[in-house]
Amino acid sequence: MSLLEIKNLHASVAGREILKGIDLSIDAGEVHAIMGPNGSGKSTLAQVLSGRDLYQVTAGEVVYNGKDLLEMSPEDRAREGIFMAFQYPVEIPGVSNLYFLKAALNAIRKHQGLSDLDAMDFLALVKERMALMEMDQSLLNRAVNTGFSGGEKKRNEIFQMAVLEPKLAILDETDSGLDIDALKIVANGVNALRSPARAMIVVTHYQRLLNYIVPDFVHVLAEGRIVKSGGKELALELEESGYVGIEEVVASA
Amino acid sequence: MSTSANTIETFANQEYKWGFVTEIDADTVPPGLNEDVIRLISKKKNEPQFMLDWRLKAYRHWLTMQEPTWANIHYPPIDYQAISYYAAPKTNIDRPKSLDDVDPELLRTYEKLGIPLQERELLAGVAVDAVFDSVSVATTFKEKLGEMGIIFGSFSEAVQEHPDLIKKYLGTVVPSSDNFFAALNSAVFSDGSFCYVPKGVRCPMELSTYFRINAKNTGQFERTLIVADEGAYVSYLEGCTAPMRDTNQLHAAVVELVALDNAQIKYSTVQNWYPGDKQGRGGIYNFVTKRGACRGVNSKISWTQVETGSAITWKYPSCLLIGDNSVGEFYSVALTNHYQQADTGTKMIHIGKNTTSTIVSKGISAGHGQNTYRGAVKILKSASHARNYSQCDSMLLGDKCGAHTFPYLEVKNTSSQVEHEASTSKIGEDQIFYCRQRGISTEDAVSMIVHGFCKEVFRELPMEFAVEAQKLLGVSLEGSVG
Repeated sequence: MSLLEIKNLHASVAGREILKGIDLSIDAGEVHAIMGPNGSGKSTLAQVLSGRDLYQVTAGEVVYNGKDLLEMSPEDRAREGIFMAFQYPVEIPGVSNLYFLKAALNAIRKHQGLSDLDAMDFLALVKERMALMEMDQSLLNRAVNTGFSGGEKKRNEIFQMAVLEPKLAILDETDSGLDIDALKIVANGVNALRSPARAMIVVTHYQRLLNYIVPDFVHVLAEGRIVKSGGKELALELEESGYVGIEEVVASA
Repeated sequence: MSTSANTIETFANQEYKWGFVTEIDADTVPPGLNEDVIRLISKKKNEPQFMLDWRLKAYRHWLTMQEPTWANIHYPPIDYQAISYYAAPKTNIDRPKSLDDVDPELLRTYEKLGIPLQERELLAGVAVDAVFDSVSVATTFKEKLGEMGIIFGSFSEAVQEHPDLIKKYLGTVVPSSDNFFAALNSAVFSDGSFCYVPKGVRCPMELSTYFRINAKNTGQFERTLIVADEGAYVSYLEGCTAPMRDTNQLHAAVVELVALDNAQIKYSTVQNWYPGDKQGRGGIYNFVTKRGACRGVNSKISWTQVETGSAITWKYPSCLLIGDNSVGEFYSVALTNHYQQADTGTKMIHIGKNTTSTIVSKGISAGHGQNTYRGAVKILKSASHARNYSQCDSMLLGDKCGAHTFPYLEVKNTSSQVEHEASTSKIGEDQIFYCRQRGISTEDAVSMIVHGFCKEVFRELPMEFAVEAQKLLGVSLEGSVG
């Protein structure tokens, strides 16, 4: 059975339907890229999978790891191994990065029936994963994302992912706002976390990121439906022809 | 941890545990206030004549005063003749028979705070018979302080044993005629704490009301006086994080602090009196006058308060910066949830040269709570090169609550420097969702975000207090989001 099975998923926000029947199946170890023009529903899909209640699921089902995902609260989804790297990571003034991450890790561990990681073990883990992201340790004691540059925020997301070790990672436009150097660091971090036990959904507008995070599958979303699926070469095709051709396909359908 | 610290902690826990003792006093004074009642109170306490005279003077002045109406709080009129003014212990008849009779919300809060069962009964005011012998530990503790010349005990005790000190300092910071509630307190105060730290002595432990002996039922009109003589230092903790139920709805306390040359007093409060139920029924009216006088050069007084309880809070811990180079600080977290109302802040009166003051106020409003910061900074002509920094931040949870800020500035010396910053923010759904997506529950997320907001104040609290205060905020805010 697949790790994630999405069937005929419909979702709307404020009465407007955004997702109009998504079917997608993802196995452990796979990296799926979701591409598409602005407004195609890419980010909505990411948000619906992570449990954001701004969106109402109006039809369809999502089975994750044998469980009905849509019945689960966002925190339970996270505890069951779903991690979303946010497009716009929020700032939490006064709460240190370290404290936040420890609370998150221990909440997940508790759910798994494990005891809290003690301070020393936690710090050792954090330092190891930080090196992976080439992050400065001073970021640990700063407030969550507060005063971070765009690049630092995105790196911080992947760093959190490295510590929390999800089963399914959803990267929502992780490349947006990154210069090429920062993009490479982020991509290296993500690649280091690829594993046969972990699936990833990489949501992106641009092919650029996929030069560094090479997907196993590429899906093109337009007007709330997957209009095309293929291997990594599909991304290159899109790079050449753009989304215009895709939109024409949808319009004529 | 050293043995003595262990002992103190053990004692602290025990005293805390049995802080509310069931005693039935046969001769309860009927409700109402007149000079005879005051004479009776004074007589019961076997007070010297000067105390009685002082009380009567305060009472006569009180009769001429009006209850203040300028605060941003609303409550039905208080009938001062319906209150019983002698420390009348509540009889078992008034008390819940068992925890089954207590507001289930309150019980749930106790559970969240991890308060042991038997303690819950005491806190909720259930009629229980408790036998506890704290005398030996208390004596050890008092002896240790006594060796250093530190006097610490109940106010009544101090009136008996150190009348000269009481005479010298009582009412010198908050005169009995200061305001309506202070005058009432001066006339009828029940008990409280007294502390004197002699010249050059640094009090080696945090003094706490938990440690107080012979003052288990300080009642609704508490009076505290702390004097730090030249070069002395003392840190004092007041209150308790567990919600306390009290059938006395009106509380009017007075706290006076005196710091002489080079002395320092740190006063920390966690106030968690019963706030009333979710509909705003019941709850304590807390009208408190707290003021510290930095009389000496280089003296310093710091107020840190975490106010989460009471239906109404009216409280402005203030500093009179008289000595040159003296320092006043006020760090405050005030939280109002459900129908709670708080009008709180500070006054910093700069009189001496080079005096500095810092005000950091964090107001959190949730439910239908109304939270007002009211602060005055006065820089008198004599206070050359005085400096003040004020920061007032408000956080709103939901859209039915309110935050209000009334800063008053009065500057009469052109060499002074005054800064004021203010902000209002809302806990964002985005912030909460971000936390939840990382596996953190909504409750923990709110608690974490609020704690982050209050961090500058919490770091001023003694550590064990800070941990409890954080937990308390989380519990007090439960159900306010989502």
